[in-house]
Amino acid sequence: MNLEQLRQLQPCLWSLPRASGEQRAEVLLYGTAPLLASMDDKVLEQIANVAALPGLVGAAMTMPDAHWGYGFPIGGVAAFDAEQGGVISAGGVGFDISCGIRCLRSNLDLADAAAHFTRLADTLFHAIPAGVGEEGELKLNPAQLDQVLLDGAHWAVQHGYGNAADLEYVEEHGRVVGAMPAYVSELAKRRQRGEMGTLGSGNHYLEVQVVERIYDSAAALTFGLHPGQIVISIHCGSRGLGHQIGTDYLLMLAKAAGRLGIHLPNRELACAPIKSSEGQQYLGAMNAAINCALANRQILTHLTRSACTEVYPHAELETLFDVSHNTCKVETHEIDGKSRLLHVHRKGATRAFGPGHAMLPQRYRATGQPVIIGGSMGTGSYILAGSSGNPAFSSASHGAGRAMSRHQALARWHGRELINDLAQQGILIRTRSMRGAAEEAPGAYKDVDLVAEATEQAGLARRVAFLRPKVCIKG
Amino acid sequence: MPTSSSLYFEHDADVGIIGRGATVEQAFEAAAQAVFSIVTNLDLVQPSSTLTLEFEEADPELALVTWLNLLLGKAHEQGMIFSRFHVQRHGNIWRAEALGEKWHTGLERGVEVKGATLTMLSVKQTGAMWEVRCIVDV
Repeated sequence: MNLEQLRQLQPCLWSLPRASGEQRAEVLLYGTAPLLASMDDKVLEQIANVAALPGLVGAAMTMPDAHWGYGFPIGGVAAFDAEQGGVISAGGVGFDISCGIRCLRSNLDLADAAAHFTRLADTLFHAIPAGVGEEGELKLNPAQLDQVLLDGAHWAVQHGYGNAADLEYVEEHGRVVGAMPAYVSELAKRRQRGEMGTLGSGNHYLEVQVVERIYDSAAALTFGLHPGQIVISIHCGSRGLGHQIGTDYLLMLAKAAGRLGIHLPNRELACAPIKSSEGQQYLGAMNAAINCALANRQILTHLTRSACTEVYPHAELETLFDVSHNTCKVETHEIDGKSRLLHVHRKGATRAFGPGHAMLPQRYRATGQPVIIGGSMGTGSYILAGSSGNPAFSSASHGAGRAMSRHQALARWHGRELINDLAQQGILIRTRSMRGAAEEAPGAYKDVDLVAEATEQAGLARRVAFLRPKVCIKG
Repeated sequence: MPTSSSLYFEHDADVGIIGRGATVEQAFEAAAQAVFSIVTNLDLVQPSSTLTLEFEEADPELALVTWLNLLLGKAHEQGMIFSRFHVQRHGNIWRAEALGEKWHTGLERGVEVKGATLTMLSVKQTGAMWEVRCIVDV
C-alpha cells in the first residue's frame, strides 16, 4: 500500500482523505507504517467501498492485521444504525460465520507435560476430526440441529459436551439471541449433518501452546496464566452450515441491493437494509450460524479434554475465553455522548470490550475482555486484554494476517520438509494434508509480534501473554 | 490444443480461480476444475457417479457463482468429489452434469473450499476465448 495517499493522525492511526466530490464516510486504518506498507492496495479499495455504504456510523476501519479479503477486507470493522437506513452485509461477515478461537488454560506445566507431547499429538489427532472429508461422530437429526441453532454452546453442555462453567466465558454466554433456524436453508442444514465437532481445514487449527512471556502480570493473574503453563487454542467456525448460509445470502443480498435502490460500489459488498425483509432473514440465519459455531467449539473442547486426560490423567482444562472474529453483532456504543444500538460488522476482527463492560464475565470485568491474536503454527499467538476507550467500536486484530498467497507458499515450501523443520524446533505438527501444511507455512504470515505491538500502540488492546506452539493439529 | 484450461491468480488469503474455454460453457467447466483441484488431485478421482444440476440465471457473472456454489454445496452434502463437468446453456437456463465419486481416504487432501464469492468476478469473451474468474474462500 502506498502510504503517500494516507494522512497519519497518530503513530498507529491513518486516514484516507476523500477525493474531490467523493461521497463516503471517513476511512481509518490502524497499524504502523511498515504493516500498512505491506498491505495490498485492495485493502484500501475495499474499506473505502465499505465507507460508502448507507447508514454507516463513524468511520469504516481496518485493524493492524488487515489484508485483501472478499466483500470487506479481512480486518475490517464497520458499524451501522438500523434507524438511519443502515445495512447488514454478508460480505462483511464472510462464509465462515463466527469463526473464532476457544482458549483453554490447563493445570499442566511445560516441565511435566513435554515428555508426553508426542503421545498427546497423536491422541489429539485421532480424537479431533480435521481436514477435507473428515466427519464427526455426532450426527444430528433436523429437530436436534434446529435446537443447536437456537441454543448454541448451551445445547452442547446440556448433552454432555463440557460443563456449565464453560458458558460463562463464551461470548454472549454461549448463545446469541435472534437466531432463526427457519431462515437457514435445508441444504445448509444437510451440509452440517456430519460436521458438528469438526475442525475444518485451511487456517483452522488446534494448538497446544506454552505461556512463554507475560506482559501484564496483573491481567495474567486474572486470566489464570503464568509462565510455563500449557494452554490449548481451538480455531474454527460454523463449518458447512455457515458456509452455505454465506453462499445463500451473498447472492440474495446482492440482488436485493439493486431492487432496494442501494448503490453498491462493488457488488461483493452484497447487503440489504437491516430493517428490510432480506436483512432480517440474513440476520436470523447468521445468528443461527453463530450458535452453530459456539456449539462446535464447545464439542471440540469436550473432545480435547477427553484426549488430554488420556495422556495426563490429572489434566484439567478451563475455558479462558471463546471469541469470534467473523460476525455482525448488535451492540450499544456511545456516539457523541449518546447511547446507540449498532450492528457492528467484524470481518476478521475480534471484539475487545474494555474494563467495566457489562457484558463481560465478573472475573474479567476489571481487566477487560481476553482478546486472542492467533499466529502461525511456527511462531506464536498473543492473549491481550481489551483497552479502555477503544476507538474502533471495541475491536482489535484477530491474527497475523497472510504475507503471501497460498500458491506462493506452495511454490516455496514442501509440507513434509516443513513439518520436519518444525519438529526440529520442538513443534509437532499432525495433519492429513501436506499441501495444506505448506500453504500454512509460518513464513507465509506476517510477523505476529508486530501486529500485537501495533494493536497495543493503537489503543485497541494491551498485551498480556505470548504463547509458543508445541503441538499443532491442522486440517 | 486443449479447448479449455484452469488457472489461478493471486489473492492474499483465499484463492483466485480462472476458467478459460472456447465457449462460456467450457470456461465454466474449467472454473469448476480449478475449484475442485484445490480440494484434491483430480487425476485420482474416478468419474463413476453423475450429478445433474439445473438453475436459472440471466446474469452470466452471477451464473458463474451460482454454478460453483451449487457444486460445492452438493459435494459437501453428499460427501462427493467431482472431477469432470459438462455445462449447457439454453438462454437463462443452465443445465450441467458433474462426474465424480464419494470422498475416500485414498485421495490427496488439499484444502476445503467454503464458497465462491462475488470478488474479482468476471465473465468475459476476448477474441475467440472466454475467460471467467472469481475469488473462492478457503
